[in-house]
Amino acid sequence: MNFKLKDIGPQLMTVVAVVLIFGFFTYNAQVNMENRGIDFGYGFLSQESSFDVQFSLIEYDGSHSYFRAYLVGLLNTILVSVIGIFLATILGVIVGIARLSPNYLINKFAAFYVEFFRNIPLLLQIFFWYFAALRALPLPQDAEPIFGISYLTIKGLFVPAFIWENFNIFLYSIIATIISIIVIRSHAKKVQENRGKQIPVLLISIGLIIILPLLSFLIGGVKLSFEVPVLKKLATTSYIYDGGVSLPPELIALALSLSLYTATFIAECVRAGIQGVGKGQKEAAASIGLTQNQVLKLVVMPQALRIIIPPTTNQYLNLTKNSSLAAAIAYPDLVLVFAGTALMQTGKAIEIVSITMFTYLSLSISISVFMNWYNNKIAIQEK
Amino acid sequence: MFKYLKQLTSLVAMVAVLFTFTTETMAAKKSKTLKNTQKKGFVRCGVSQGLPGFSNADAAGNWTGVDVDVCRAVAAAVLGDANKVKFTPLSAKERFTALTSGEIDILSRNTTWTLSRDADIGLTFVGVNFYDGQGFMVRKSSGITSVDQFKNGISACTNIGTTTELNMRDFFNSRGISYEPVAFEKADEVVAAYDAGRCDTYTTDKSGLAAQRTKMKNPDEHIVLPETISKEPLGPVVRQGDSVWEDIVRWSLNTMIEAEEYGITSANADSMKTSDNPQIKRLVGAEGEMGAAFGLDNEWNLRIIKQVGNYGESYKRNIADTGILPDRGPNELWTKGGILYVPPSR
Repeated sequence: MNFKLKDIGPQLMTVVAVVLIFGFFTYNAQVNMENRGIDFGYGFLSQESSFDVQFSLIEYDGSHSYFRAYLVGLLNTILVSVIGIFLATILGVIVGIARLSPNYLINKFAAFYVEFFRNIPLLLQIFFWYFAALRALPLPQDAEPIFGISYLTIKGLFVPAFIWENFNIFLYSIIATIISIIVIRSHAKKVQENRGKQIPVLLISIGLIIILPLLSFLIGGVKLSFEVPVLKKLATTSYIYDGGVSLPPELIALALSLSLYTATFIAECVRAGIQGVGKGQKEAAASIGLTQNQVLKLVVMPQALRIIIPPTTNQYLNLTKNSSLAAAIAYPDLVLVFAGTALMQTGKAIEIVSITMFTYLSLSISISVFMNWYNNKIAIQEK
Repeated sequence: MFKYLKQLTSLVAMVAVLFTFTTETMAAKKSKTLKNTQKKGFVRCGVSQGLPGFSNADAAGNWTGVDVDVCRAVAAAVLGDANKVKFTPLSAKERFTALTSGEIDILSRNTTWTLSRDADIGLTFVGVNFYDGQGFMVRKSSGITSVDQFKNGISACTNIGTTTELNMRDFFNSRGISYEPVAFEKADEVVAAYDAGRCDTYTTDKSGLAAQRTKMKNPDEHIVLPETISKEPLGPVVRQGDSVWEDIVRWSLNTMIEAEEYGITSANADSMKTSDNPQIKRLVGAEGEMGAAFGLDNEWNLRIIKQVGNYGESYKRNIADTGILPDRGPNELWTKGGILYVPPSR
């Protein structure tokens, strides 16, 4: 009996303490809210929000509900995170490899970039890109066209909009392309394993990517036209571009600063991963006659990835959470729209903050689950 | 016989002492906020992050403004010293949470009194210290002189978490104009973005526009359009559930306004004690028991007037003399054509 108590005693006490602490906080919040006449409840989510949001991926205006405003903020957070992760990964891999370059200039430049950007607080970088770099951009009426069709101005980037006819047929052609490339690749692998014969997969893939969508235009009746942004006068010195698609400068500044900042950490992960692969591996690969590229692709990277993935996952999570700094520069993300405006208009602090926390938690867990799955997939398979 | 009389008087004295003791502590007992404030020795006051004329800190960290003066008045009343205030700068988004969670005891931060704020979120508005309305600022060079010239696609910079966002939607919607709202958390960021040319117009309360205009690179390049699109009565706010504290803040503000009505200033307040007018005497603590109900002494209102001044002095010092809004407009006394009208202290 004594022995058992000693075993479960500490755990039991911890559980009781946790329950008591949570109980106390809940009780305390309840009593205080009751004293001040504040109701608790999530009913406000279906009420009309009556405020507008600058930039939204789904149809939204003030006549929609608070829940819809929440979705707008969430999608904007996901959008900037996805763009940021995409850019940071590409830049990080390039810089990470560049840091190992035997070329002195490339090597030092990459090192300088990493040390410079990772040692300046992110919020300052966001302010820099938004307030300093943005101010340097021209007003819409002074902007020089990029390729004659796009304009980068202080009010954002204005690009042509695609106007499709029979878009679904084009989409099918893309899907068909992807499927056929996968089939060819697995077939080529089998052929190589069985007979040692190599099929030029890359050439065939490029051919497919060009031919199939082209066919959809020629036979499928797909038509594509562009709507080019046109300068429109609002007042004597006030202009805006009408038509086309506009990307707000807030999104550009945020995506840029997030990816430049996070890329430095990813670059270090990549460098660590590559350096973590034994020198003997490379030498052995070279000695059996593989080219530099093949050494990197077939021997070094598969082993390096195992080292790179787990810390890079952390960086993806950091980037997603850091995107909440958007509130400082008016990018309408979850924190600004929902934990900002919606919280203020409804006064439902506990409800909204709890939803927001839960949302970030879910986002982070989804990213972790995916990255863990990928990590397991590339981990050493004991045979 | 004398023996009994002696006993009786001591009994009466004891009861009297006990009675005064209980009445004095009753108010303090009823008001937890008052008790805590007196124990701490300072009033905890939430203000803006920098709005000239209303609440603004200089380089040395001294706060000035008409909103600041409300808190100073309360400090003069309950602690005897108008300087015993701890100011907490808050963004529009943080302000109500700071108050309801007990981080501050008075929110005096150009806050609009609306039904939903008063009723829903555990707050009580105690009065109005500035009658305002929402307006628009544009660049002079744009040639816009009226909101009628606004066109589809206009971008408007503003703060999040304010009534401004809602009024803006109502305004543009009712006129059928499509617009791009660009909402920042801090006022300084709104000004910086508008100044850089990110937005065609900057919208907030007109007093705020006038105040922020002084902060711009070149104030003369901007004008505030004449139209007012909403009513914005700004005033101090307290937590719900402490009615004594609520009364103290309300009557501290009322004292400042009424003092102006009766011509009592920080300079002449002491000499007004001998005035013939009983209402003036009540306002300087020379007649009646005006502080007892709050658990305060009788000269609480005299201290407010002496240390902070009346409403007119505060307005002149902070808003008129700084060139923000020299004309008092609706914030003139009811006796002089304005709408400032407070219940009498008696």
